[in-house]
Amino acid sequence: MKRLLSKPLRISNNVRVTAKTLIHLIVLGYLGGLFYFGLNDALGADPVKTLIHNSGLTAVILLLITLVISPLAQRLPCADLMKFRRLFGVYAFFAALYHLAIFTVFDLQMNIGLLISEIIRRPYITVGLITFILLLALSLTSFDRIKRKMGKHWQSLHNYVYLTLFLALLHFSWSEKTLLQTSLYYWLVAFVVMTTRSMKIKRLFKFK
Amino acid sequence: MSNKRFTPSVKLTEADVTDQNVFNGRRKLLKSMGFLGASSLLASSGQANAQLFDLFGSSEEETKKPSSYLPLEYKKSKDKSQVLTPYEKVVSYNNFYEFGTDKSAPAAYAHEMTTNPWTLKIDGLCEKPTTISYDDLHNKFPLEERIYRLRCVEAWSMVVPWVGFELARLIKLVQPLSSAKYVAFETYANADEMRGVKSRFAGGGIQYPYVEGLRMDEAMHPLTLMAVGLYGSALPNQNGAPVRLVVPWKYGFKSAKSIVRIRLTDKKPPTTWNILAPHEYGFYANVNPTVSHPRWSQASERRITTGGLLARNRTETQLFNGYSEVASMYSNLNLKQNF
Ligand code: HEM
Repeated sequence: MKRLLSKPLRISNNVRVTAKTLIHLIVLGYLGGLFYFGLNDALGADPVKTLIHNSGLTAVILLLITLVISPLAQRLPCADLMKFRRLFGVYAFFAALYHLAIFTVFDLQMNIGLLISEIIRRPYITVGLITFILLLALSLTSFDRIKRKMGKHWQSLHNYVYLTLFLALLHFSWSEKTLLQTSLYYWLVAFVVMTTRSMKIKRLFKFK
Repeated sequence: MSNKRFTPSVKLTEADVTDQNVFNGRRKLLKSMGFLGASSLLASSGQANAQLFDLFGSSEEETKKPSSYLPLEYKKSKDKSQVLTPYEKVVSYNNFYEFGTDKSAPAAYAHEMTTNPWTLKIDGLCEKPTTISYDDLHNKFPLEERIYRLRCVEAWSMVVPWVGFELARLIKLVQPLSSAKYVAFETYANADEMRGVKSRFAGGGIQYPYVEGLRMDEAMHPLTLMAVGLYGSALPNQNGAPVRLVVPWKYGFKSAKSIVRIRLTDKKPPTTWNILAPHEYGFYANVNPTVSHPRWSQASERRITTGGLLARNRTETQLFNGYSEVASMYSNLNLKQNF
């Protein structure tokens, strides 16, 4: 594999703590800010839709970042980057949770019957829920203690992250009125990210 | 009938939503906040963010309509029963795919469209085909205000004070032949002025010009309006200037914008969304809570007014959007099959 740097890049503890703090601030600031503007009717004509769209996009973008970290760590190389992966992954789940909460509370306005019938009857919502459950499972098993306990099962569970990305993009495309819309850019980016991990994916399919 | 003024039925009671002035008063001044999120990386969500910034002007500036929109002379509506969707929302949240698929794209790009001079041609199966100019649109027929609910197929709705004239007047003017059974509408499509027409991707993969159609009796119904303005002034471009159709008992996509040709015909005309997804969008597209879109329910809708996230704005959708006076036109039609 071609390496971009001649010497491995190290990230000191200080830099790591600062960077993580910044990531927390940016993600929480963004989602919190959106919510604040939404409450004050300053998010365009339909604040609920704006929130659903922006939180869904945030979840997908964070998922893509999560997936680009390990190829980047190998290619730079910079093993310390791996210490950021879980943060992004869990935030992808958090953004999806926020997305689902906004949909349930402010779009359906707590009409749980409607939520259930929508999940059953609307394929794109069904796919969204499956994606959400996968993200939930990956997040719950992301703690070091559980990871150690799970042994090699951990990796096989977390390989579902590829399926999760695929389903998230499917949900995205399906929610749009026509095919030629924004989600195509995300499929493209996802494709590029996947090619950086093509060895791994080939291996996955061979050993299954 | 022609001289008596037609008053549409109204059945809306929503005391808990506020009007335009309260809406503006509530706005927070958050002008200088730097606010950039991950999702602003892409053009279309960038627009959503731009829209977010745009809204932080002072309330004074916001209520003022751009002077380029000509004030109109018209008979005011006496209907006070419905809470109007604020002007800013009516002109900033539009589906007009010729300018892009994002709801904020029309407001951002529609100013590139030339609306004056304009020619609207009316021809087909009639005695006296004619063309109508920009000025004729405002002067040929007396204008009146109609406050209509607009129900989008995407399950949101607005209440808009349109200014216009009944389509029936225009059709009578050209003296239709008895063989004319349908009315076909064709809208403006100019790749130099519309980014969605120029690029298939920006325009959502739709074949332009956008075409729509009505049955003759639907077109002649006194509810069916040719709108040339809203909120007392000429239509902003993003709302379909200089002239658009408004058919309040049908989903919004039937109400074609920026119309250049109306053709009377004996055959059911092709319609854009039906061509694109025939199992999702029918020719009739009557608002009907019991016929769901394959991908979402049409049983209820969110009314776009004011109040941000906490607005309890979900209301039951009504058959024919509540305009029950049109029901007799469909007494012999299976509404589930002819959606
Ligand atoms: C039960 C779970 C979920 C529900 C009920 C749900 C619901 C929705 C709804 C209602 C929309 C908007 C459709 C529209 O009107 O335009 C949407 C769009 C979207 N959702 Fe979800 N979703 C779920 C899970 C997810 C997950 C897990 C992700 C990502 C990891 C996600 C990402 C997106 C994206 C990217 C969009 C499109 C945003 C846009 O068009 O700008 N959703 N979802």
